Amino acid sequence: MAKQLYWENVEQGGEVTPLAKVATTRMLVKWAGASGDFNPLHYDAAFAAAVGVGSPIVHGALKRQWLVQLVTDWMGEQGTLKKFACSYRAMDWPRKMATPLTPEDGQTWQCKGKVTKKYIDGSEHLVDCDIWIENGKGEVTTPGTATVVLPSKG
Amino acid sequence: MLPEEIAPFIGKSIGTIACEVEKGSIKRFADAVEETNPLYWDEDYAIKSRFGSIIAPPGFFGWPVKLPRGMTFQRPTDISDPPDATDGMRATLAKAGYANVLDGGIEYEFFLPVRAGDVLTAKSIIKEVREREGKTGKMAFVIIETAYTNKKNELVAVQRSTAIYR
Repeated sequence: MAKQLYWENVEQGGEVTPLAKVATTRMLVKWAGASGDFNPLHYDAAFAAAVGVGSPIVHGALKRQWLVQLVTDWMGEQGTLKKFACSYRAMDWPRKMATPLTPEDGQTWQCKGKVTKKYIDGSEHLVDCDIWIENGKGEVTTPGTATVVLPSKG
Repeated sequence: MLPEEIAPFIGKSIGTIACEVEKGSIKRFADAVEETNPLYWDEDYAIKSRFGSIIAPPGFFGWPVKLPRGMTFQRPTDISDPPDATDGMRATLAKAGYANVLDGGIEYEFFLPVRAGDVLTAKSIIKEVREREGKTGKMAFVIIETAYTNKKNELVAVQRSTAIYR
């Protein structure tokens, strides 16, 4: 775990520590089982082609969970995620597997964020962030927002 | 234009489900995401934390705590307040030319951590249906709101999922 983040150490415009992710066909199968989303759009090549997305696409909810990890890793164990939202604006395609455990070369996704507001509400020290996922070309496929409560030194 | 027949579905329940949050399910969920936080699987670590037990990552509100049927292909195991309005709403949308559905996004408000062993009740309603002109033609946005409560009837989280029909 990263060291604890304090409200006093956050600045408006500051960066949320980025998180790199690689979606693979293997990861999508694991996510389907773990989340209960068995839409064939995410594992059946013929089905995905028939509905016009080419090949199986990354689950929106998996991308959501990457963004949740981005924020929770950054805020540390004493932080609390209070609000979270994201939109699945563009599709992402996973890397195929080269061996049973390792993917082919290909794109890496970057989860990123920026602090948009720092404020106190009652007893809570709060921070609002814009968060997003960039695909290998640097295009934002999954924008969102998060509000976290951070511990204060004061 | 959305047909007038859609209005009666707004506010209708699409089911209430109760589920136990199991340690193994949390671990599989965290593993699928490639989470690195030991709070989600290391019992010794988690017990010493401020949570006092293994917790689930925020967003752990799919299986086994079901997502609303509008968002998954899973069959609920325990609908305590049928009839389910989803099929009727879908049929009405399909008749109006909106036959295909996509996951548009999600919003959460978190009020309490989810701990292993919690029994959560998820109550979902059709919150809103609106139409929008998109790049590829008209789309209908369906917002499903789910409130999660624990055994003490405390509100744990509220989730608003957007399904895009086109």
